[in-house]
Amino acid sequence: MTEFAFENRIWDENETLPREELAALQLQRLRDTVAQVAGVPFYQEALAATGTAPGDIADLDDLRRLPITTKEDLRRHYPLGFLAVPREQVARFHGSSGTTGKPTFVAYTAEDLKTWSGLCARFLVSGGLRPEHTVQISFGYGLFTGGFGLHYGVERVGAAIVPAAAGNTRRQLMLMQDLGAEVLVCTPSYALNIAEVAAGEGIDPKSLPLKFAHFGAEPWTEDMRRQIEGALDLFAMNNYGLSEVIGPGVSGECAVRNGMHIQEDHFLVECLDPDTLQPVPDGERGELVFTTLTKQAFPLLRYRTRDIAVLDHTPCPCGRTGVRMSRVVGRTDDMLIIRGVNVFPSQIEEALLRVEGTAPHYLIEVFRPGNLDELLVKVEVRPQDFRDTMKDMQLLRNRIDREIQAITGIRANVELVSPNSLERFVGKAKRVVDHRREQGRI
Amino acid sequence: MKINQLSVFLENKPGRLSEPCKALAQAGINIVTLSLADTQQFGILRLIIQDWEKAKQVLEAGGCVVKITEVVATEVADRPGGLTEILAVIEEAGVNIEYMYAFTFRSQDKAVLVFRFDDPEKAVEALKAKDINILGPVELYGMASG
Repeated sequence: MTEFAFENRIWDENETLPREELAALQLQRLRDTVAQVAGVPFYQEALAATGTAPGDIADLDDLRRLPITTKEDLRRHYPLGFLAVPREQVARFHGSSGTTGKPTFVAYTAEDLKTWSGLCARFLVSGGLRPEHTVQISFGYGLFTGGFGLHYGVERVGAAIVPAAAGNTRRQLMLMQDLGAEVLVCTPSYALNIAEVAAGEGIDPKSLPLKFAHFGAEPWTEDMRRQIEGALDLFAMNNYGLSEVIGPGVSGECAVRNGMHIQEDHFLVECLDPDTLQPVPDGERGELVFTTLTKQAFPLLRYRTRDIAVLDHTPCPCGRTGVRMSRVVGRTDDMLIIRGVNVFPSQIEEALLRVEGTAPHYLIEVFRPGNLDELLVKVEVRPQDFRDTMKDMQLLRNRIDREIQAITGIRANVELVSPNSLERFVGKAKRVVDHRREQGRI
Repeated sequence: MKINQLSVFLENKPGRLSEPCKALAQAGINIVTLSLADTQQFGILRLIIQDWEKAKQVLEAGGCVVKITEVVATEVADRPGGLTEILAVIEEAGVNIEYMYAFTFRSQDKAVLVFRFDDPEKAVEALKAKDINILGPVELYGMASG
């Protein structure tokens, strides 16, 4: 009995490099990367402080001598302090949510874009994509790396793209039926939404032409996979990435579907205890930390993703030698993912500050009543916020609404609540209640 | 000439309306008249109370958010057309009415209305020019208790 859900096809022979060859390649590329970051002020300082030069990297264990990079470091060097090439060489910018009002920008040279599309091609093909397929990309096209990342990955494989972008589910269904897409790219919760809207329109979701789906941008459970596969009658495949590291293409599932293969010829991965920064053994949870090996414009050393997962180095029947990672099982920080968008509670606080001058007590609640995430922000009304007319109170509420949308990119439901009705805390306030966990959604 | 009205923010939840009312009752404070404006998410309770300063203290001690707003009380002929006559005067003066509500008692054969105007001075001037009676606090509270 085959353990493959479908045919096992490999895009790039580097995916099956024997471990010793892989290590040699990684070492060379690591040295090149350390040289590449020499002009980046943050790394210049950090490397000088420990007296580390590219030649000092004698083996892969020397990775531990290199500096850690955090999101906070990127933020401090906003907008482009980590750029490692002259501006003229930048061919693309993308960005992701920052912890405050500003996004974190990433940059790509033409060569980086080629690397990126190749990495996406790897997981698309390992996830069943064939050149004769049509792919409907229902991700936002914009600064977000998901849309364009998948787009050029699909193009590299040679499949046809329907750039449906996000939203307007009825239109998505029409495109799917009329253009016959066999492959869907979107967030897992959106896929369930598509199934639901289809059923509501009298369309049997199983009758849609879809055979495969590639999901990302938000965490999802095995339960959800079964639910989606049952509803849409397709293979639901997982992939992982983050824009700071490159975007989608850092890892992806093969036809065995027992973890996502990390593209180790392009990224060194460490799984570290978030407090001690010591490596954890395989099978134990740790924070994923990546070092890019081939990026030119925006190389990163030991970037802390704040994503918690488990690694498994045991060989996979598919023949790929890249270590497998589990799904992301948690975060080391308070970041939320709402409808595929990263949202930080500090962004909500920033929105309130902008509207009201000082931030009142607030509480963020996350629900998924149906298939799509909903964000509820409760804001306490203080004497200085209270206006005597409905019009003015509505205006206040709308201003908070708009500011939240401007900063985070998503709509939240803002509820004005009585003073002192939200819990008070000694020490760090608990600003977020995520109800989706109770529901087993994440 | 202006009356001090208390506005109280109410979250739209069961019990939120009775809390301020209970607090006032316990403090022995009587409400002269009131109005409740509501949306799906929240409400604003407007109260006319003689000892409004004490009422504000009591409500704030009870955890309410309270605002004091100046409103105008006018007499209105208690017959069809009584209200439209007043509104015509206000409209002609170019004043905007934010909201209005009525008192529960009468002033002889006249009804008494509360208005919040965007320009109370201008409104009062225009009304007085048409011999419409504006009730000050002393008269108003006198009527309420008598």
